[in-house]
Amino acid sequence: MIESPHETGYNFAYLDEQTKRMIRRAIMKAIAIPGYQVPFAAREMPMPHGWGTGGVQLTAALLGPEDVLKVIDQGADDTTNAVSIRQFFQKTAGIATTTRTDEASIIQTRHRIPEMPLKAGQILVYQVPIPEPLRFLEPRETETRKMHALEEYGLMHVKLYEDIARHGYIATTYAYPVRVEGRYVMDPSPIPKFDNPKMQMSPALQLFGAGREKRIYAIAPHTRVASLDFDDHPFKINRFDRPCALCGGEGVYLDEVLMDDRGQRMFVCSDTSYCESRRAMGHGPVDASAEPAR
Amino acid sequence: MNAPNRPELSQDTELPLMQVRGLTRYFGARPGCIDVSFDVFAGEVLAIVGESGSGKSTLLSLISAQLKPDQGAVHYQMRDGVNRNVLELNEAEQRLLMRTDWGFVHQDPAMGLRMGISAGANIGERLMAIGARHYGDIRSAAQSWLTCVEIEPDRIDDLPKAFSGGMRQRLQFARNLVTQPRLIFMDEPTGGLDVSVQARLLDLLRELAANLGLAVIIVTHDLGVARILSHRILVMRRGRVIEQGLTDQVLDDPQEPYTQLLVSSILQA
Ligand SMILES: Nc1ncnc2c1ncn2[C@@H]1O[C@H](COP(=O)(O)OP(=O)(O)OP(=O)(O)O)[C@@H](O)[C@H]1O
Ligand SMILES: [Mg+2]
Repeated sequence: MIESPHETGYNFAYLDEQTKRMIRRAIMKAIAIPGYQVPFAAREMPMPHGWGTGGVQLTAALLGPEDVLKVIDQGADDTTNAVSIRQFFQKTAGIATTTRTDEASIIQTRHRIPEMPLKAGQILVYQVPIPEPLRFLEPRETETRKMHALEEYGLMHVKLYEDIARHGYIATTYAYPVRVEGRYVMDPSPIPKFDNPKMQMSPALQLFGAGREKRIYAIAPHTRVASLDFDDHPFKINRFDRPCALCGGEGVYLDEVLMDDRGQRMFVCSDTSYCESRRAMGHGPVDASAEPAR
Repeated sequence: MNAPNRPELSQDTELPLMQVRGLTRYFGARPGCIDVSFDVFAGEVLAIVGESGSGKSTLLSLISAQLKPDQGAVHYQMRDGVNRNVLELNEAEQRLLMRTDWGFVHQDPAMGLRMGISAGANIGERLMAIGARHYGDIRSAAQSWLTCVEIEPDRIDDLPKAFSGGMRQRLQFARNLVTQPRLIFMDEPTGGLDVSVQARLLDLLRELAANLGLAVIIVTHDLGVARILSHRILVMRRGRVIEQGLTDQVLDDPQEPYTQLLVSSILQA
């Protein structure tokens, strides 16, 4: 039995050992059937559901004393949500935390996959609000379960069809549905579709937890993850037409930030840790008036 | 009464498309359907008539594998020519049959359509369900089926909500026909529509059935609809088929007292 290193009165990582075992069993099943939503007896956590209690429970069940935890929210380590979850586990498990992607053994995330490619042995834990990708067109749970069981996924393309009919292109940019290992269709949580290709054949383990809906699903390492599309409207990710205004990074996901109350804006890396490490390495803004690169 | 210009049945159809044998289903002590047997041939329109509660919808649910019978069999000539008891197909096979070689048109369009998505997607759904992955092809198929059911193709992106009652039924036809099924089930497809709309819909239905060689099993309590549309007719009462035969013969010269009553009441109407 693991002792809590801090005298908080909580069990290590808050959840009792029996609950953690139950969650680990669900995780094992989820890994064995990639993309399949495994029901689990989600517990109430001492935080609102909007904070990602599904992800928090996964992390609690996974953490060991040697783990190093990183928590991001929209790519940032310093939002209230990310800071609170990190502090929660510092307090209840006494584990080390980091903001660096390459240092972390477990990364809990809301809405992004880090820019730095993940490695074997790392675990990415996604916070999921709505796990069922078919719900948009079929609200009945009995029916959506049957559709998964029988691989009846035509409805997903109906949704994409509607997108194209309305906008002329597939306008879905977040929670873009994927087919996992040629079998289950899965909602990758509200990450931008920009991040979808990072799921494909990732050496890291990817776990998804939906607290309110009590579902866990997984993408095992080195698993095929294909974004759904049409032959004549293939999946495309949005490329940004400029580099990050702070680190000059290209081919990364950018957030628009308001600079002042006169509407001055700039585009910067959404992955704050990536941006900082680039700047620490000496990268800076790319000046349009063409100073040669250092 | 003038003989309506129903499509002629081709004579070279030997084996029935569907053979229903001894279908029985009780709801507790109440009979839904008792020992019903009949055949349907390719291209044939069969009407099931009878008063309210006589078991018409129950029979339709049974033969379309949506309701399990207590007894009986429904043999169907699959597209590959193999004869199978559809009640013994597994659920995946039944559902595949229902969205490829069969169709179902409901009285209430909200049951047969997805009201929240466009007409084009309603039609394209079956194609996508069986693997169509080319948007342009799906869209042009939807357009041509809209034309076939006399809906302006430029309504393709409208929601069914924006359609009239008659248009919604025609959209249901198109949505079902897109996979070129050989058999369509219909439960009171013209019910609740006013007379002129109903007449136009029946015309269209008759043309489609003839041109496409469709077999149709249509439930109606309206003998007028049965006369216009069907080659053969089954008269149901209290769950049993009490009389069946060629539509003109049954309606012009009913043998059973109950059928005589039904026919006379329509003549009064
Ligand atoms: N799900 C059910 N549970 C219990 N009884 C049922 C059920 N469905 C039908 N019945 C009964 O079975 C009998 C036949 O009903 P059915 O709906 O088949 O009649 P119908 O001929 O279609 O009538 P209508 O013209 O009014 O639609 C009725 O007595 C009905 O009450
Ligand atoms: Mg009925």
